Amino acid sequence: MTNERIMLAKRIIPCLDVKDGRTVKGVNFVDLKDAGDPVELAWQYSQQGADELVFLDITATHERRKTLVELVKSVARQINIPFTIGGGINEIADADILLNSGADKISINSAAVRNANLIDEFAAAFGKQFIVVAVDTKNINGKNYVHLNGGRIATEMETEDWIMQAQERGAGEILLTSMDHDGTKAGFDCDLLKKVNSMVSIPVIASGGAGNSQHFVDVFQQCDVDAALAASVFHYGEILIPELKMILKDKQIEIRS
Amino acid sequence: MTGIINYGAGNIFSLTAALNRLGIPYGMINEPGELEKYDRYIIPGVGHAGAAMQKLNDSGMVPFIREIKKPVLGICVGMQLLTNFSEEGNSVLTGIIPLKTIHFENSIKLKVPHTGWNTVEYSSNNHLFDDIPAVAYFYFVHSFFIEFNPKFTIASTEYGIKFSAVIQKDNYYGVQFHPEKSGLAGEQLLKNFSLLV
Repeated sequence: MTNERIMLAKRIIPCLDVKDGRTVKGVNFVDLKDAGDPVELAWQYSQQGADELVFLDITATHERRKTLVELVKSVARQINIPFTIGGGINEIADADILLNSGADKISINSAAVRNANLIDEFAAAFGKQFIVVAVDTKNINGKNYVHLNGGRIATEMETEDWIMQAQERGAGEILLTSMDHDGTKAGFDCDLLKKVNSMVSIPVIASGGAGNSQHFVDVFQQCDVDAALAASVFHYGEILIPELKMILKDKQIEIRS
Repeated sequence: MTGIINYGAGNIFSLTAALNRLGIPYGMINEPGELEKYDRYIIPGVGHAGAAMQKLNDSGMVPFIREIKKPVLGICVGMQLLTNFSEEGNSVLTGIIPLKTIHFENSIKLKVPHTGWNTVEYSSNNHLFDDIPAVAYFYFVHSFFIEFNPKFTIASTEYGIKFSAVIQKDNYYGVQFHPEKSGLAGEQLLKNFSLLV
């Protein structure tokens, strides 16, 4: 079976941070009317050939759910590719309203670490294909530990153990962010990604460290992950998705054209 | 006008959003009496096939759906509902198309769910595929698949095993991928279905 040619395309995923319904990180696309409008940005990415989008909501206000639902609906109305929404999803009701507003998947992170049963509950309610478990990891003295709240809080849980547990409980996909590589633009954490990818039987999205197109080639060729996610290199136009896809195609990596 | 069978099987926002973008008129069918008003039907579906079948049974529409002579399109789990049986909960389904829905895990060694964009290979000149490129990618996300069968499979996809991406029996069609999330190719397929009579 493993010798069969796999036609399933590797996915390129831009990630947008949103707060109060607006994108927070600056974007310098020349042709954007409003760089803070996540829907317009999402539309640009879908036109450029992004395979999927991730929206991470960092809103802290109590109006949060309302603005988030409106955002999800606007994206679903206008964008014809799948997208994941994450950030502060703590209960079935949160997930339910987002999925019924057009989100394809929800991403859970700290809430799942604090209450692992949440994964079982979500998987039972919506099916595992809706549940992305996002894991932020940092290497400390040669061991990988799960971190919470965007990497600010360390836990004593080893990353590999947590990922296996998440899969067991019903995660449909793992979004793995290496805090050691995030922001460095020095490439993805290939050692860890390779290890995790060979351990699990669900798709893995690589995140953290993308600086140039070769890094995407490396993460697909060396780690065989299913998707690679990045934010700033796309937002600042340092990597253009059409060019990136040409490069990947030249390297015989299966890409949607 | 296209009628969406609204039997409570979740998330249809993306489907109606796509139909709105495409300017395809549609309405919601909540009970059997509303079926005859429409020219064609979409059966959406997400989640567990057995649970979806239970809801479809509860809607009272199954006997009427079996008698429809106008075009019907099942999407994802909505497609699986057209088959005889699913290994998901060992569920008996509508049996409109005599095929089985099978778990990937028992059949392949690749990652499950099958998630992402995969190519679809057509084996017929069906109008459903009008103006869709010969090699087109569609977005899939599923753990169960409908077996390949040359009689009913009109488009196939490879994922460790060749399976049914699109099936047809008479006026009944089913697509395993999500046309509402499959870029221009998916929108074209929805447009094509809206023109079927």
